[in-house]
Amino acid sequence: MNLDETTKQVLDVIDEKGFKQEGAYSLRLNGISVCQGNSPFVRIERKKDKSGIDIYVAGEARNEEMHIPVVMSKSGEIDVVYNDFYIEDGADVTIFAGCGIHNSGCNDTRHDGIHCFHVGKNAHVKYVENHYGEGQGTGARILNPVTKIYVGENATFTMDTAQIKGVDSTQRETFVELAKGAKLNVTEKLMTHGSQTVVSNMDVKLNGEDSSARIISRSVAKGTSKQIFHPKAIGCKPCHAHVQCDSIIMDDAQISSIPEINAQNVDAQIVHEAAIGRINNEQLIKLQTFGMSEEEAEAIIIENFLN
Amino acid sequence: MLKVEHLSYDIYEEGRQAEILSDVSFSVAAGEMLVITGPNGGGKSTLAKLLMGINKPTDGKITLNDKEITNFSVDERAKAGIGFAFQQPPRFKGMTVRRLLSLAAGKTIAEETCCSLLSSVGLCAREYIDREVDATLSGGEMKRIEIATVLAKRHNVCIFDEPEAGIDLWSFSMLIKRFQKIHEAKKESLILISHQERIIRMADRIMVISGGKVQAIGSTKEIMPQLFGREVEHCVCGQQKGGEICES
Repeated sequence: MNLDETTKQVLDVIDEKGFKQEGAYSLRLNGISVCQGNSPFVRIERKKDKSGIDIYVAGEARNEEMHIPVVMSKSGEIDVVYNDFYIEDGADVTIFAGCGIHNSGCNDTRHDGIHCFHVGKNAHVKYVENHYGEGQGTGARILNPVTKIYVGENATFTMDTAQIKGVDSTQRETFVELAKGAKLNVTEKLMTHGSQTVVSNMDVKLNGEDSSARIISRSVAKGTSKQIFHPKAIGCKPCHAHVQCDSIIMDDAQISSIPEINAQNVDAQIVHEAAIGRINNEQLIKLQTFGMSEEEAEAIIIENFLN
Repeated sequence: MLKVEHLSYDIYEEGRQAEILSDVSFSVAAGEMLVITGPNGGGKSTLAKLLMGINKPTDGKITLNDKEITNFSVDERAKAGIGFAFQQPPRFKGMTVRRLLSLAAGKTIAEETCCSLLSSVGLCAREYIDREVDATLSGGEMKRIEIATVLAKRHNVCIFDEPEAGIDLWSFSMLIKRFQKIHEAKKESLILISHQERIIRMADRIMVISGGKVQAIGSTKEIMPQLFGREVEHCVCGQQKGGEICES
């Protein structure tokens, strides 16, 4: 189908590989699934009982990609969508998701994406989710993702999320359960401006022996924005987990970083680190010795910190 | 030529004025190597920061190739051709060594160039180019990368604040060779702040700073005997032969 310019521009921002109506894909536009396609190893079906899609990835999938972005371009629209992923044992897939809101009106636009992943044994899943907001309207751009992930034995789940610009309010809830030998890698990047607010809660239960989790959160808060992070790692069996939250605070922003670790087994090794600080003056001066202005140096430091 | 005339720097602490540098004058000719030495706390690093524009002098004048740069900001001095290696370089979370060197060079540099720069400061290049310039690097590694950032670009004047600090002997020898090579090319003026005898012996001229004042300046032949000669009972710069600091 033909897409309007606004939708194309938003897709360019949220889908780093470039959205194409090829292979496995599904585009949701203003609360409606407007186009979708399957590949030999990925089948996408619309839900019959509620809004959303079921995605089935066959065990034969190797280096498979799918693109399932959401674009909201109508002011005042509220969309709640339920997407369930069934990934068979041994599958290898990368999923490009995310939501972009273009709000040029005075009413709030909101998208709540509720995703549930069932990852089979020995599967490898990479989930990339970019959130973005734009538009000159006074209406807020709101994104409230809920992500539930059940990772099977010896499977790997990598989750890269980024919210760099334009989203006024976010309440993110993430729940993960790891079976024996399962591995989780989470990287969360966030930048807030103006009076934006973000709350990110994450519960990771390491239920299986030798399971492991690495959670890295990097954020920059500017203006009067507020960020609250609460990652929690619960070690139920001999396991390893590392939670790291680093934030740069600027202007009159506020950041709360509350990593929590909970060991329920004597061989659960769980570490957390959290740091909040302003941009170091020595870093600025060092880059200025390369000929950059203070503003350029600041932008480079932030860009690399979030990279 | 870099020319410094009557440079002074005062600070104010708890309502009191303290003189850190007083009436410092010297010049560095194109292609010349000047080593500044002297006891800790004598004002050497402060002088280096004044030359780079990190601190502003209370009084005095700095000119580079006949153009006054006293009121230039740090980035303006960088653009005028002054390079600076910090004694304690900052770390950058999320930034790779390759990216830092490209920023230092002012352009994206090829992997080969990046490796060559790192090798010249004694780092096994392939192991480092994609590493982050963060707390996972040791002080010595950071120091060598810092030196490489200055070597990444051609300057009129390069200032190195204690380049030897934290560097192992093998890497130090490589560094000495690199400084010698730059010096022999006579294209860049070098100002090295150092306590190290091997570095001091390389200089065209030596300047001794102590108590915020220039105590001595002259050719290596003139100054070396005062610093390391047996005939000198009391060393001027607080050092003895071998670079050990005097306790007096």
